[in-house]
Amino acid sequence: MAHYDLACPIDETQVRQLRVNDSVSLSGTLFGIRDATQIHMFDRGRKTRFDLSGQAVIHTAPNVKKVEKTPEHPAGYAPVCIGTTTSDRMERFTRPLMQQHGVRLIIGKGGLREDSLKSFQDLGGAYLAIIGGTAALETTWIEAIEDVDLDDLNPESLWRFRVRAFGPLLVAMDSHGQSLYSRVQTNARSRRAEVLRKLGVR
Amino acid sequence: MKVDLQQVEEAAKELYIRALKLLPPDVKQGFDALAQRETDAGAKRMLGTMIRNIAVAEDSDNLLCQDTGIPVYNVWIGRGVEMDGVSGVALKEAIRRGCARSTREYSFRSSIVHPTTRVNEQNSTGRGIPVINIDFAEEETLVIEMIPKGSGSENNSWLRMAIPAEGVDAIKTFVVDCVLEAGGKTCPPTIVGVGVGGTADLCMHLAKVAATRPLGSRCEDAEGAKLERELSEAVNLLGVGPQGLGGDSTCFAVHVETAATHITMNPVAVNMQCHSARRARATFRPTGVEYGY
Ligand code: SF4
Repeated sequence: MAHYDLACPIDETQVRQLRVNDSVSLSGTLFGIRDATQIHMFDRGRKTRFDLSGQAVIHTAPNVKKVEKTPEHPAGYAPVCIGTTTSDRMERFTRPLMQQHGVRLIIGKGGLREDSLKSFQDLGGAYLAIIGGTAALETTWIEAIEDVDLDDLNPESLWRFRVRAFGPLLVAMDSHGQSLYSRVQTNARSRRAEVLRKLGVR
Repeated sequence: MKVDLQQVEEAAKELYIRALKLLPPDVKQGFDALAQRETDAGAKRMLGTMIRNIAVAEDSDNLLCQDTGIPVYNVWIGRGVEMDGVSGVALKEAIRRGCARSTREYSFRSSIVHPTTRVNEQNSTGRGIPVINIDFAEEETLVIEMIPKGSGSENNSWLRMAIPAEGVDAIKTFVVDCVLEAGGKTCPPTIVGVGVGGTADLCMHLAKVAATRPLGSRCEDAEGAKLERELSEAVNLLGVGPQGLGGDSTCFAVHVETAATHITMNPVAVNMQCHSARRARATFRPTGVEYGY
C-alpha cells in the first residue's frame, strides 16, 4: 500500500506502478468532465482545444460563480463547491478517452465496470476513488479554475483546474486487472444467501 | 393564522441553501454511531472523512455536496392557516419563485434540465419542478420542508409489483438485492427507503417518504417497524460499506412506510438517500417563522 504524489502529465510506466489499495495525491493540472461533456465529445464529434494526453480527469460538474477575469480567476470563474459524481453512467467513455485523448487517470466515485478495467489494462490507466459527497473538503484542494472549454454545456463544461495535494485518493482499479469494486461485490453477493436466511426468507 | 406569500417565498429560498449547507443533527448522530461500530479500518477512515466534510462545510459556509439535487418541498397546512384569500396555486408559485431565487442569489448549481432537450434554465426549476407535495395537519402551523434529493441515490430507485403468493419474502429479498445492485453508486452509508403496499405510484412515494424521514424515527405501522429492524440489521451484514469499498456501514438504517393494497397486489419500492441526507424545515406559527430540520 504505497503512496504516490503525482503531477500530470504522467506516462505509462508511472500509471502501471499503481496497484489497488495504493493511494495518490495529485498536484498541478486536473480536468473536469461529465455526462454531457463526453456525449458531445464522443457522440456529437465536438473537439476540444485542450491536450488531455497523460492527464487525469475527474467526473464532476462544479458549482461555480462568474467573476471578473483576474490572475486569481483566469477563466472568469471562481470555484464555489466542487465535488465528484457517480462514474458508472460514464462507463462507455473510458476507452475513447484513453484511446483518442491519451487520458491516464480517471477520478470518480462508485467505480467503473469491466470494459473500463480492460481499457486500463490494455492502454495503461487507473481509476482513483474519491469519497463521494465530501465536496466541501474537496473544494479546499482546488487552487483555481484555470480554463474552460465547451462552456455552452455549463455546468458540464470541460474544466481545467489547478489543484494542490488533491487527495489522498484510493487506487480502486488498476492496470493489472484488479478492481476493489468487483472484490467487494463478489464478497457481498456471496453473503446474500446467509443474509436472506437470517431474515427468515424461504 | 395569516400567512403572507412573500414570507413563503423567502422561506422557500432560505430552506434550499440551508439544506445544502447544514446536515440535520440526527444524521450527524447516525455518522457517530456507525463510526463507533465499524470494524473495517478503511471504512472507518472514510466515515471520518465524511464527518470532517460536515465540519468543513459549516466552517467555510460551503455546500456539503456539489450535487444540489432535485428540489423537493413538502408542505403541511395546519388548522386555521389563512393566505389572505389567495389560492393554493399562488402558494405553489411562491415556493417555485423562492427556489429559483435561491439558485440565482446564492449562485449554486442548477441541476435541473428538460427531460428531452436537456436545456438547463439555470434556476433549479422546470416543468413540474420543484416537486411540491401538499398535505394537511392538525396544529395551527404551516410547515415547509425542503429536501435537495441527490441524483446518485435517486438514480437507484426500483419498483417491483410482486404477487401475494410471494409474501413478505419478496419484500425482504427485493430490498437486499437493491442494496447489492446499488453498490457504491448511492454514496453509502445510505438511508434505504422502502415502500410497501398501495398502488405503484403510492408505493414509490412511500419509499421516498421513508428515505427522507429523520434517523431514529419509526414506522407507525407495527408491521413496518418490525421490517425496519430486521432489514436494518441484515443490510449491514452484506459488507458493501461506505462508497461500496467494503465495511459494515452500508446503511444508517432501513426505513419502511406502508399502505394498504389490493387483494391481488404485493408492491415493494426502494428509494435511497445518500449520506448527504439533507433536510431543512420552516415552521410558521402565529408568533413567527422558525427554522430547523
Ligand atoms: S449521492 Fe448524495 S452525497 Fe453522493 S454526490 Fe450525490 S448528492 Fe452528493
